[in-house]
Amino acid sequence: MSWRVGRWHRLRESEIGYSLRRSPLTVFAAMVTLAFAVAAIAAPLLAPHNPYDLASLSLVDALTPPRWDAKGKSEYLLGTDDQGRDVLSTIIYGARLSLAVGATSVLLAASLGVTLGLVSGYVGGRADAVMMRIADVQMSFPAILIALLIDGVLRGVLPLQTSDDLAIVVIILAIGLSTWPQYARTVRASTMVERAKDYVKAAQLIGRHSAAILAHHVLPNVMGPVLVIATIQLAVAIILEATLSFLGVGIPPTTPSLGTMLRIGNNFMFSGQWWIIAFPGVALAMLVLSVNLLGDWLRDVLNPKLR
Amino acid sequence: MIAFVLSRLLQSAVVMVAVAVIAFFLFRYVGDPVLAMTGQETSREDQERLRTQLGLNDPLVVQVFRFLGRGVSGDFGISYRQRRPVTEMLVERLPATLELSVVSALFALAVGIPMGVYSALRRDTWLSRVFQVVSLIGISLPPFLVGILLIFVFAVLLGWLPSSGRGEVVSLGWWTTGFLTLSGLQALLLPALTLGLYQMTLLMRLVRSEMLEVLRTDYVKFARARGLTDRTVHFGHALRNTLVPVITVTALQLGSVIAFAVITETVFQWPGMGYQFIQAVASVDVPVMAAYLVMVGFIFVTINLSADLLYYGVDPRLRLERTVIGGQADRGA
Repeated sequence: MSWRVGRWHRLRESEIGYSLRRSPLTVFAAMVTLAFAVAAIAAPLLAPHNPYDLASLSLVDALTPPRWDAKGKSEYLLGTDDQGRDVLSTIIYGARLSLAVGATSVLLAASLGVTLGLVSGYVGGRADAVMMRIADVQMSFPAILIALLIDGVLRGVLPLQTSDDLAIVVIILAIGLSTWPQYARTVRASTMVERAKDYVKAAQLIGRHSAAILAHHVLPNVMGPVLVIATIQLAVAIILEATLSFLGVGIPPTTPSLGTMLRIGNNFMFSGQWWIIAFPGVALAMLVLSVNLLGDWLRDVLNPKLR
Repeated sequence: MIAFVLSRLLQSAVVMVAVAVIAFFLFRYVGDPVLAMTGQETSREDQERLRTQLGLNDPLVVQVFRFLGRGVSGDFGISYRQRRPVTEMLVERLPATLELSVVSALFALAVGIPMGVYSALRRDTWLSRVFQVVSLIGISLPPFLVGILLIFVFAVLLGWLPSSGRGEVVSLGWWTTGFLTLSGLQALLLPALTLGLYQMTLLMRLVRSEMLEVLRTDYVKFARARGLTDRTVHFGHALRNTLVPVITVTALQLGSVIAFAVITETVFQWPGMGYQFIQAVASVDVPVMAAYLVMVGFIFVTINLSADLLYYGVDPRLRLERTVIGGQADRGA
């Protein structure tokens, strides 16, 4: 038991612990993010209904207001949408999808960007010039436009029947391929600094392969900023997914996602069914704000200039 | 100087050609243009004749150059959906998008800069804290959610403003404007606010941090030591020096205004080019997508080029760096 206390004490007194204690907002953001993550992972256990199970939906229950409303029903805490889907369950499953799409596309963008950045910064020369020009050009276009374009192209290339099944893959590719330059730029800059250091020279001298040097020696030393970018980009990816789905070019309407839910709710706003749009909207806003706050905090903690 | 301008011009031309070639491949290979233009009942011979007529049987190089040549003269073919010249459709929608973008940018400048100045000068007042919270919300909430929120409050709950469309417009030649009617102005308010909020928060944060930095410099301390009034120091010395990056960022932001206009226009069903582009993506109307891509590419390249040249003109250090490192210097911002 004593080592546990010791470890806890060490964490409390460490720099990260100190900066967490000084910022209750960050603690709150971390708790919200954690709650979303738990809800996403345990969605089948937590959600009162299964929005994927079309057989369990009954149109009789469609457009039921939240429980506290006079017309509300006890089994639907936050009401139902036009298909009779439980809003709370759809939010839980939607958060699951948002986080899954966000994490996968961040992973894709980060691996692509980090690899290209490492090679670009280490090799230099013409390969570097070409890659950085591509990154430049792509960065001067906003990610949402590029994602829309990739989405449009993939929809045209894929046969119509399969495009609904592949929508999630398409969206991950679109987001991943439109956000890699951020990582590439940062990693390239740090790699150029690391390349000139003695430990790299030593590794070169004993004849290690360039790929091994990059993977084992340079990579661990350039990962700090990547972590910060990845956190901030997670929020960006969640927003991109919700935006594409809201615009009707992302996740198909049958799959529960925060974006499609907002799209459906948008049609019912004027007829008084406010709960279809309000709760998913609040959930999305909370999720994005919390991840952003965490990213901001992480940037400050990991930035040696601010210490 | 001439070498730098020429190399930048050349780079821009290369980017533009690359965008146009991507647009061409999009146009040519995403879906079959002939199948998209003809119905099921068209005979095979007719399809073949149309194929030859459109020049789709010519060598690829010839097709690329023809596409580029037509693009330069503003001809992007016929929309698959509406069977109308794409250029005509885009030009028709241009005024709506431009009016919305300009109004939102003006709003962002008029509100964002004073907010930034205030929160830099009076850091610890409650109003500054409110501004900080607003900026955090503005920067992290997705624009479509902001739009929905505004519609919910001002159109659904209060019923003060319309939630969609452009209101009544007045035609001035080929240009249509919503500035001259009351309903046009009312319709403009919510979309412009939605589109402007993000730029406003960005400007506010930028002005604030730049002001805080400038206020610490020696020349500001010296100006105070000379006994100049706060007013002169704040607005004559500090603010003026923060404006250079502000102008650059504003210029570069024009690009993302176009991107966010796509979203804002869709939320408010604003009849601009962005809404048209979304409809084209949803229905795989490739000529419209290609033309929009080329046009947005052109706007971006022009903005980036002029920002680069402006930088070069404003910042003498850049001239030195360029000659030393030979074009490797990264652009700031």
